[in-house]
Parts: sequence; C-alpha cells; structure tokens
Amino acid sequence: MVIKDIIDILQGEVICEGDLNQEIKTACGSDMMSDVLAFVKDQSVLLTGLVNPQVVRTAEMMDMACIVFVRGKEPDQSIINLAESRDITLIKTRFRMFTACGLLYSNGLSGGCEL
Amino acid sequence: MSSIHLRYEVPGDDFTRAGEASGAVKKRLKALGYNSDAIRRVAIAMYEAEINMVIHADGGYCDVDIFPDRVEILLADKGPGIPDVEKAMQAGFSTAPDNVRNLGFGAGMGLPNIKKYTDEMRIETEIGVGTNLYLTVKVNN
Repeated sequence: MVIKDIIDILQGEVICEGDLNQEIKTACGSDMMSDVLAFVKDQSVLLTGLVNPQVVRTAEMMDMACIVFVRGKEPDQSIINLAESRDITLIKTRFRMFTACGLLYSNGLSGGCEL
Repeated sequence: MSSIHLRYEVPGDDFTRAGEASGAVKKRLKALGYNSDAIRRVAIAMYEAEINMVIHADGGYCDVDIFPDRVEILLADKGPGIPDVEKAMQAGFSTAPDNVRNLGFGAGMGLPNIKKYTDEMRIETEIGVGTNLYLTVKVNN
C-alpha cells in the first residue's frame, strides 16, 4: 500500500503533501504520544485524534511518513509548517479512530507488532 | 578519537518547541551517516527527556557528544529535582498535570522509554537544585 491508497480508503483530504507514492506497511493508532514512542516499531503511519505540533515531532522521531487526523480534526498552520519542513504527509478523514484503523487493517495494513 | 560537540537550549515556556534539539541532532546524525536504528534511539530518548524538561523543570540545556562508536547526551535542568527516582522509573507513574496529558504526554512512560532506548542511563538529582540526566547510545555502524 502507498500513501495514496490510504487517502482513497479513508476518503481523506491531503492537508500537507509529502511523497504520496511512499510504500506503507504498518500503522499505529493512538492519542497518547508517549505510547507511540514506547511501542511503535517501524510503523510508518500514525492515526490520531490529537492535534498539536508534538504529533509531528513524534512522527519525526519515529521516522513516520504520514499522519492521519481522525474525526475530521484540523491541524493549524504551525502544525502544517512543521510537517512540511519534515516531508511528512498530513491527511484528515471524517472516520473515527476505530473505523479508520479497521478500514486500513482490513485492506492489508498491519500493526507491525506481534501483540 | 575525534568527536563533535553540540549544545542546545531547551526553552521551558513553550511546549510546542520541545523536540527541536532532538530533531536537530537526528538530522546531524543522519548527515554523518550513522545507522537509522541508532539515530532513532537517540532521537526518541532525547525527545522524551526534552519533554520532561519542559513539563517538570522549566527547560534547561542539552550537551551532545557524537563519537564514532557512541552518542553521549547530558540533559541538565535547574528544576525541582526528582524526589523518588525509583518510583519515577516505574512505567505508568507520572506527576504530570492534566494539561500535559491533554497534549499526549504524561503517561508515565518518559523515563522507562529513555532507559529502553539507551545503553546507559544515569540520573543525578537534588531536590530544589535540579537534575542531570546522562545518556549513552552505542552505535554499530
């Protein structure tokens, strides 16, 4: 799957465009950035309902290529600027967290962890 | 053995800027050609520590020394100190206020995460004086 597919599956809107052809194998959904930093392993998409610059920083530290804001959350300009400077794609979707994760999972994305 | 020394100030009053130093170090290590696993471990450990400094200690500074085989980081603050280090090291233990939790942190995973991602970790802390956190990440290029 590439980022473009994620946009289609989640009927998403691109807010900040990075490399949309980047291959994505795993994803992670969380509103708690500490947990993302603790448990994520080689996951390249972060789904979250949290909207602040630390979401982008967390993705940056974890080498994630894409952030999906669920429940129609809108990042402000400072968040968009930060993502832009780090080549991270930002997408928003109207789906809620559970549904967005379920849609991606049923289309072949995994959590990237055994548990 | 040659090394590169870097210093960053961590502003205490602006949570949105926490992570700037970690991001800069990550970029520098990438440019120097260090392996991505080591870079990520440095970035995450340092980022968690930066967040801690902003949440608990009104900022401070980081000293980063980059050696061919390891990265050494000192994060120093003049905050309130950690009363019970053993307790602070427990996963899930947190004294962070609610407004920090609303920002996605304060789950009590900061220090445990830092320990998990580093090869060496040492805390010097004194109540009312501050905390020095020494970290070493070994690099196998």
